[in-house]
Amino acid sequence: MDLGQFLSDANNLAWLIPVGPLLAFLVITLITNKATLVSADEGGHYADHNHPAYPGLKVPVVADWSRVASIVVGMSGVIAAWLISIAVVTNAAGVADFGKYVLESSVRWMDTGAGGFSMGVLVDPATVAMLIMVPLACTLIFIYSIGYMAHDPRQARFFSLIALFSGAMLTLVVADNLLLLFVGWEIMGLCSFMLIGFWFEKPSAYKAAVKAFTTTRVADVIMLLGIAYLYAVTGTLSFREIVYNVEVLEGLAELPAIIIPGLSAAGLIGICLIIGTIGKSAQFPLHVWLPDAMEGPTPVSAMIHAAAMVSAGIFALLRMFPLFEAGGHPHDGVYTPPLLLMAIAGSLTAIFAATIALAQNDVKKVLAYSTISQLGFMVAALGIGAFVAAFFHLLTHAFFKALLFMASGSVIHGMEHGEHHVHHHAHDDEDEHDHAHETPLLAAESHGHDAHDTASHDAHGHDAHGHGEHTAHAPHFDPQDMMNMGGLRKTMPVTFITFLIGGLSLAGFPLVTAGFWSKDEILLDAWYGVTNGYGPHALVFVLLAISAFLTAFYTMRQIGLTFMGEARTEEAKHANLGRGVVAFTMTLPLVVLAFFAIFAGFVGVHPDFPIFGSIFSPNGNPFFDFITTSLAVKPEKVGFYWVPVLTSFAVGLGGIGLGYLMYWRKPLVAGQEDPLVKILGTTLHTTLKNKYYFDELYTIIFILPAQWFSKNVAYEFLDKGVIDGTLHFTGRLFTWIGDFIKVMNAWLIDGFGDGLSEMIGRAGIWFRRMQSGSVQQYLLIVALAAIVIVIVFALSTGVLQAAP
Amino acid sequence: MNIIGIDILSFLVVAPALVALALLFVPNKWVARVVALVGAAFIGGVAAAVFFGYNSATPGFQLVIQVPWFTLLGSSWHVGIDGVSAAMILLTGLLTPLAVLVSWEIDDRANTHLALILFFETGLMGVFVVLDLMQFFLFYELSLVPMYFIINQWGGPNRKYASTKFFIYSLGGSLGMLLATQLIGGSAGTFDMTVLANPTTGWPAFTGAEGTFLGIPVGTVKSLAFLGFFVAFCIKVPVWPFHTWLPDAHSEAPTAGSMLLAGVMLKLGAYGFLRIVIPFFPDIWAGPLNILGIETTWAQIFALLALMGVVFGAFAAFGQTDIKRLVAYSSVNHMGFVAMGLAVAALVYGRTVLEGTVDPQLNESAIMATNGAVLQMFNHGLSSAGMFLLAGAIYHKTHTRDMTQYGGLWVKAPIYGGVFIFMSMASLGLPGLNGFVSEFLVVRGSWMVFTVMTAIAMIGLLFTGSYILKGIRAVLQGPFNMHWKDYDLEITGRELIAVAPLMVLILITGVAPNWILSVINATVTRIFGG
Repeated sequence: MDLGQFLSDANNLAWLIPVGPLLAFLVITLITNKATLVSADEGGHYADHNHPAYPGLKVPVVADWSRVASIVVGMSGVIAAWLISIAVVTNAAGVADFGKYVLESSVRWMDTGAGGFSMGVLVDPATVAMLIMVPLACTLIFIYSIGYMAHDPRQARFFSLIALFSGAMLTLVVADNLLLLFVGWEIMGLCSFMLIGFWFEKPSAYKAAVKAFTTTRVADVIMLLGIAYLYAVTGTLSFREIVYNVEVLEGLAELPAIIIPGLSAAGLIGICLIIGTIGKSAQFPLHVWLPDAMEGPTPVSAMIHAAAMVSAGIFALLRMFPLFEAGGHPHDGVYTPPLLLMAIAGSLTAIFAATIALAQNDVKKVLAYSTISQLGFMVAALGIGAFVAAFFHLLTHAFFKALLFMASGSVIHGMEHGEHHVHHHAHDDEDEHDHAHETPLLAAESHGHDAHDTASHDAHGHDAHGHGEHTAHAPHFDPQDMMNMGGLRKTMPVTFITFLIGGLSLAGFPLVTAGFWSKDEILLDAWYGVTNGYGPHALVFVLLAISAFLTAFYTMRQIGLTFMGEARTEEAKHANLGRGVVAFTMTLPLVVLAFFAIFAGFVGVHPDFPIFGSIFSPNGNPFFDFITTSLAVKPEKVGFYWVPVLTSFAVGLGGIGLGYLMYWRKPLVAGQEDPLVKILGTTLHTTLKNKYYFDELYTIIFILPAQWFSKNVAYEFLDKGVIDGTLHFTGRLFTWIGDFIKVMNAWLIDGFGDGLSEMIGRAGIWFRRMQSGSVQQYLLIVALAAIVIVIVFALSTGVLQAAP
Repeated sequence: MNIIGIDILSFLVVAPALVALALLFVPNKWVARVVALVGAAFIGGVAAAVFFGYNSATPGFQLVIQVPWFTLLGSSWHVGIDGVSAAMILLTGLLTPLAVLVSWEIDDRANTHLALILFFETGLMGVFVVLDLMQFFLFYELSLVPMYFIINQWGGPNRKYASTKFFIYSLGGSLGMLLATQLIGGSAGTFDMTVLANPTTGWPAFTGAEGTFLGIPVGTVKSLAFLGFFVAFCIKVPVWPFHTWLPDAHSEAPTAGSMLLAGVMLKLGAYGFLRIVIPFFPDIWAGPLNILGIETTWAQIFALLALMGVVFGAFAAFGQTDIKRLVAYSSVNHMGFVAMGLAVAALVYGRTVLEGTVDPQLNESAIMATNGAVLQMFNHGLSSAGMFLLAGAIYHKTHTRDMTQYGGLWVKAPIYGGVFIFMSMASLGLPGLNGFVSEFLVVRGSWMVFTVMTAIAMIGLLFTGSYILKGIRAVLQGPFNMHWKDYDLEITGRELIAVAPLMVLILITGVAPNWILSVINATVTRIFGG
């Protein structure tokens, strides 16, 4: 095929979007990821929070050229994807009546009977919206990773994995069918497993990785059933042929579901697919993996938990939304079972996760629960048919949450820097950040720490890590604990300001932040239903409003604890990013994202909103008009109401104000207890802090029984006991019968004359000679005999002669 | 088409035995290694030529040769291939040289070991190319002997028990099969499978003289023959609960033995179902069956056993601490999907023959399920061989299979770690790699036929993830076990060369399965008259 001709067709260009990152993955993995073996005692690469010390072991450390090459290759891949995405978006803008006519291209992927299954790419308005957000966010995360991972001994592997991750996410975005979407979806799952467990020696990291993969897999296998079912009844998985085709949707809504009475095929398929998202987007009750997943390096958190993977779950729901709606019409108060599932699961998740976030002290865990909660907003919005609002919130959330994650990563990095400073008393103020890591003395000291981390989990008793030198540092310093922070606004001003912008956007600070506008849209849609007396709408409105209040409050608490007041530890006093390349690459993405965290919201302002509506949406809501063209049946517009707007104002400002009073005006000093404990009471606070004990519950109900069943029932009892037991019994029975016959024979033969016995005796001697006991000899005899048989047989068939 | 005067399919059968014979007289182990590798690679090349030369647009068997052999019995040297056997021949031809390369690690009686591997290949190739029932049986049995010695002589600590169990188990199944072969051949007067398989004129239509054969009602004869084949092939696949020989045999066998056992030998059973049991006994598969008052069919019972294999195989794998046993049980789990697909095929084919009509939707499901089953046979061949290779590689260096003794090996073996994760993910059925395509097809195909069982099979799929992650976790993750501080754990160049072709094929088949699926699909579609 002529490549130039292939690419000159605008329909084909989208094929290339994931290619850049995927190629980058291959190139880094196969070529540029080269390590040199370094003694772990030197250099200090293996002596920080994330790697054990390994005294006396030669460990691989990425070579310097490899670091640079991996950055160059990775960046080229993702930037290529970004540029091609821009080209695709431009092309799409040139399509007349875009939405009805789209860019698409597909090839026959596999044969199935007389027909076949096609894989392809599709660029419709929904894709375009994602193509504006995803490649940009990925590029920024790559830039940020340059600094964040600069000193990691496995930095090249990191870049290869995030490249694969980006490639998978982009595949998912441009996929024209559910199967290809699922491919991207699962590869992202693999990448998240690898990246969460990136520091694979840490027990907390690999446990989190396994947990993430397993929990999402519970949902994925059910989703696979849904996909198989959909394929079975429609004969296709193409989005355009299913969700853009009213006849197919009506057919699915009327067809009764297989095995489950009272449900339509559309309903059952919808529920299976939604369960997939409940796992992927960490909705209740499969939310447990996401907070633990914070064990991964922070750029991963930003990628998985903000811009890509969890958003992919929502994106899949948006893609399939018409299917969920088939047979119902939430605008008129007619709900289908999938819609109700989304409304209930989403709104419960939103409030449930928000309450947990109140009591977390780990700077990333707060954001993790906040992510779960915000995804709940989107799912709930879809449950009441607010397709546009959910999509809008997906995009704005991706920007401000990626910003918050990366800013929190800066904070952690700064705190670790401060920790090095404190422990290295001869630290020179002129010393650059980069140096700090490489000073041998420092490494030796922090290695003492690490022994703490690993020794207790070390099953093999090689505790030669030098326990003696670190006893003075106990208890272990946690650079992510907000209680150890305070006052960081002074030493990390850029991080502070960008974090504040992201935080206000998340809190929904009225009028000037993106988060306000998207949340307001959801509440507006919900309120519309309340005015008409629809129950699910009311549930969603109430729960989301309360969640929004809690969100604003815990965000202010987080910023207050981290940046306000005075430093509560020595480490916090010295926390900073230093100067140089590392600091630059880690702050540039923050600034870019801060821009979007403010301005991304103005594309979707309700046209009737006073003043703002006439400025930003003089010709109707631009986001609404654009995105709804990807649906065959456009959703009705919802009028303007004052109640939800005032509610947005009240909960946003109320939460912010309360947080301000509690954590900004009177910042915590070192050793002071969180004032929230007193307000909530110790019991409630502990329950929240322990996440309602879901992990413990699941361990007891699922994990332990599964392990017990596997080992004791499936293996020991069934296989070893019943099946093999029967076999061994049969074997013994026959041996016994054989012995019996032998005895009988001996007795009978004894009765015969001497001659016979002598004959047998002679034969025995002859046989004994044959039975030399050398198995090789038997073997040779058997093999030779068999080969002779084959040859004779080959000759006798006339094969040799018969060949034409 | 012929090579050195022998037609190409017969060459595939005879050549490995000739190389094996030559090897027995090569005392120098390096010469033997090179001879074996070159020979196996050449045969592999011929197998590939056969596969790519196969024209899937032409119906019927291709490269057919039929020469009278045992005319008195009605048996002939009859070979030929369709899309399914072409895929299996390719798999056998591919895996043997890789197994030979891996078994270079064996110093003890190297030439004999290599000869047995090649001799084993003769048995496998024979089963896949012959179209004569008698010879099918011969080759089926022939494959047993070399493998017995490979396990018995070069296996792990418990090899005597494992090899005996393997042999007796398989032989037990073969007895019934021999009887069944005799019954069919004796009654129909021919062993020609192409003739016997014809639903209107062949064995399915056999009525005997006045409904009896040798004084036994034909229904009983058929049931006996069916049972003989059914049990034999169930043991080979293995279908739960006939599987307990497998974990012992696989884990005690030397690496190359495990690769070929899991990679190809298990497929003999599945192939037997597809080639013999499904076409010969449509009435038994789909006919009504009353067990304890429950109306069911044999196909349904078979699906239930397949389901048990999927679920309990996964659970049992999850319960292991021995890495080779874990991988062995993963075969029970994966071959369960093959059996599930075959059960769909059996039911729908049987109904079609019995009722004479084709329900288009069921037929579509059956085609997909069968495609999935055959592709899964190929895919499992790749991934299980790869997994055993990797398990063997680490066992060879540490001399322990106990996973609790590993831990954090990724630090000292980064390349091995990457390959291990890749193979694990192929085994797990990660989309984008080969296993997913076949599992998806089976699930899609069986969903409309065995809905509830397919749904329950998802538990097995979930625990596939669990045991795979358990393997990765135990071998690679966690703090490095300093016990292995002075060991070189990294994958060797030879092992890497052996595993690389598998990885490439796994990726290609995952991304663009049609290179092989179109061949399989053409044949399968014809079976179902689509």
